[in-house]
Amino acid sequence: MLNNITMGQYYPVDSKVHRLDPRIKLILTIVFIVAVFMAKTFAGYALILGFVWMTSRLANVPFRMLMRGLKPLRLIIILTFLLNLFFTQGDTVWIEFWVIRITKEGFMQAAFYSLRLAFLVVGTSLLTLTTSPVALSDGIEILLTPLKKIHFPAHELAMMMTIALRFIPTLLEETDKIMKAQMARGADFESGNLLSRAKAMVPLLVPLFVSAFRRAGDLAMAMESRCYHGGEGRTRLRVLKITRNDWIACGAMAVLLGLIILEGIIL
Amino acid sequence: MQTDTRVQLNDVSYTYEEQAQPALSGVSAVIQPGEFVAVLGHNGSGKSTLAKLLNALYIPTEGNVLVCGYDTREEKLVWEIRQRAGMIFQNPDNQIVATVVKEDVAFGLENLGVPTEEMLPRIESSLSAVRMSKYADTAPHMLSGGQKQRVAIAGILAMEPSVIIADEATAMLDPSGRKEVLETIRTLNRLKGITVIWITHFMEEAAQADRVLVITDGRIRLSGTPAEVFDRVDEMREMHLDVPHMTALAAELRAAGMPLKSGILTVEELVEEVERLCPLKSAT
Amino acid sequence: MSIEVSHLTHCYSEGSALRTVALNDVSFRIEDGEFIGIIGHTGSGKSTLVQHLNGLLKPSSGQVLVDGEDLNGEHVNRRALRQRIGLVFQYPEYQLFEETVAKDIAFGPKNQGLSADEIAERVRYAMDCVHLNYEKYAERSPFELSGGQMRRVAIAGVLAMRPSVLILDEPTAGLDPRGRDKILTMLEELHAREHVTIIMVSHSMDDMARLADRLIVMSEGKIVADGLPREIFAREDMMTSIGLDVPAAARLCAQLRTKGYDLPADLFRPEELKEQVLRLWKEGSAC
Repeated sequence: MLNNITMGQYYPVDSKVHRLDPRIKLILTIVFIVAVFMAKTFAGYALILGFVWMTSRLANVPFRMLMRGLKPLRLIIILTFLLNLFFTQGDTVWIEFWVIRITKEGFMQAAFYSLRLAFLVVGTSLLTLTTSPVALSDGIEILLTPLKKIHFPAHELAMMMTIALRFIPTLLEETDKIMKAQMARGADFESGNLLSRAKAMVPLLVPLFVSAFRRAGDLAMAMESRCYHGGEGRTRLRVLKITRNDWIACGAMAVLLGLIILEGIIL
Repeated sequence: MQTDTRVQLNDVSYTYEEQAQPALSGVSAVIQPGEFVAVLGHNGSGKSTLAKLLNALYIPTEGNVLVCGYDTREEKLVWEIRQRAGMIFQNPDNQIVATVVKEDVAFGLENLGVPTEEMLPRIESSLSAVRMSKYADTAPHMLSGGQKQRVAIAGILAMEPSVIIADEATAMLDPSGRKEVLETIRTLNRLKGITVIWITHFMEEAAQADRVLVITDGRIRLSGTPAEVFDRVDEMREMHLDVPHMTALAAELRAAGMPLKSGILTVEELVEEVERLCPLKSAT
Repeated sequence: MSIEVSHLTHCYSEGSALRTVALNDVSFRIEDGEFIGIIGHTGSGKSTLVQHLNGLLKPSSGQVLVDGEDLNGEHVNRRALRQRIGLVFQYPEYQLFEETVAKDIAFGPKNQGLSADEIAERVRYAMDCVHLNYEKYAERSPFELSGGQMRRVAIAGVLAMRPSVLILDEPTAGLDPRGRDKILTMLEELHAREHVTIIMVSHSMDDMARLADRLIVMSEGKIVADGLPREIFAREDMMTSIGLDVPAAARLCAQLRTKGYDLPADLFRPEELKEQVLRLWKEGSAC
């Protein structure tokens, strides 16, 4: 049954990293990305790798879970590596054979580009693995609150995310049910060419949309009857508090960034 | 004004947009504080429209609705009214907003702007009142229908209402879910004195109310205690409504000449009457 | 056509920590023309069972034999067999998708590959079975109809495939008394007039008392009783122990018997009780 699907890729264990304020984690993720872009040497990347490894240890997230996030991007990373390897101009020729010409500069650039890509994915995975979708939408809402001045709908955006998360399991279950019901009427979702398969989706999609709209209408009425009137004057059950650990995390990130800048200057 | 916790309908009519026939016409009723009133009617009778009028989701086309002394026609009172008259809907899935039970219970409080430190105790006591405390951190989609409805009730309860309106809250539940939700509401009615307006088409639920209003074609057709209302078996049937099996059986026995007392609703009551009218030979 | 279920077991999430046994060694046989009620608490395995009867789920072990043929056998045309066993899910109105009632009902026959004439004839037949006037409703959008009417359109969509066996999961759930009575009357006629074998899953003991001529009681993935309604309803203790009620008339009968009245043990219809109570009264006043 679809009852037990996990949402997103959140890895539900308790850890110091999980308990960090989502706002801080969001900001630190951005800083991390900056650090990844600033690293210019292998020593820099070694530092970042060390940081990621330490964080995953602290977060009780197995390292292979992090690596799993790279899987769908394998091809792109390999492609990035190869393209840079073969097509970067350079002087220090390592191998020259027929039309293939591999230079030291090419190799370095290929390695850096693909490492950068990999670390971007791993860094954001660390965020989503250790932060529940609800906490994430909370963090985003608060971080975007200053933008309300320019009429950016921060609260509405977060509310939409929460409702979407709430209804994903319900709609999945419903999809399963409608699919079976149409199969009982002889519908065939599995065979035929692309066009006939797309056409076979109509008996599934129409009822699903109808039901989503009906649910949306019901929910709007239920929310109104419980005094929902937008973000104005609203208090919250979950109040985000910055703790000592958050400051420690910020410190650690500052050290990482500092070291990377430093080694860029020295080396 | 605060002391008035009645719900009053004064000659209320409501017509949906683009419709000629009114969904409700000329409905008047007063519901006393602490009363458990069942509103019985088939689909399209106007009973759901009535529910939505009581929560200021709809505003009467004619007449007025007073909830705890507040007139629903006054736009600025709408949040006052909705806080005092909480509503539970039919589909358990479509009224839960949050991804965790206790956060859903908090939803109404957040909307009212209740300070955070006040929220937790209110959430805890409402969850315990519906016996759902141990599910506080559960995701709603893991719950049964009856449990979801109890979470919805807790969400209303946390807002400390005087009136709870249930709009066919049991229609989509199985018999045990139906029983657990009705029992929860009856306990709240008895212990906390919350007025309950229970809209339903299940006669066995209406039979447990203090008073039954029967609605057809947008009008109140019958009103009285369950015994008074259900004894009018023929009228109820004519309106396509059920009567409790024992009431129907008693009516037939009466028609066949047996002098049964009126107002029989349960098996136990009928057994008593049979004992009275047909004493066992061994006992004498 | 006969359906034989033998030693059927079904587990969800096989091979994971969430493994749950929904059906545990279930066996029974359904003969042509029966009207069977399947009752049980939510989670007793009823819904899983009916999906097996239509081949929508694959057994973890055991077999479902239709006229002696294994529904999950290797060389079996599952789609063809499925069409002979119509399955109506809970709240079937949620699967309607076409612009008109007629087109929606035609979906099944179309999938069967029938000719246009045959399809048109089937649509009329099915609408007639569910008491929907063809002239009035065929060209209407199914989404404009009332809940009860939508449900009848959905049932017509299954009947249009002319199944020999019709399985319905909670066909009256969520309907008001009028909508419920219409569905039940329709099923009664279908069984009597068209000789369709009907298997109905329901929570309503009153619906069962009115229609079924055999009851299968399920609890925790097993069949705990299988027999005539009057036999099953006379076992009030067994029924309450698995969270089920018996009809009010059966309770009245049981209570009068414990008081010492001389009544047959297996009454469950109000008409029967009426006669018996009148007899008691007349005997009582005679002496």
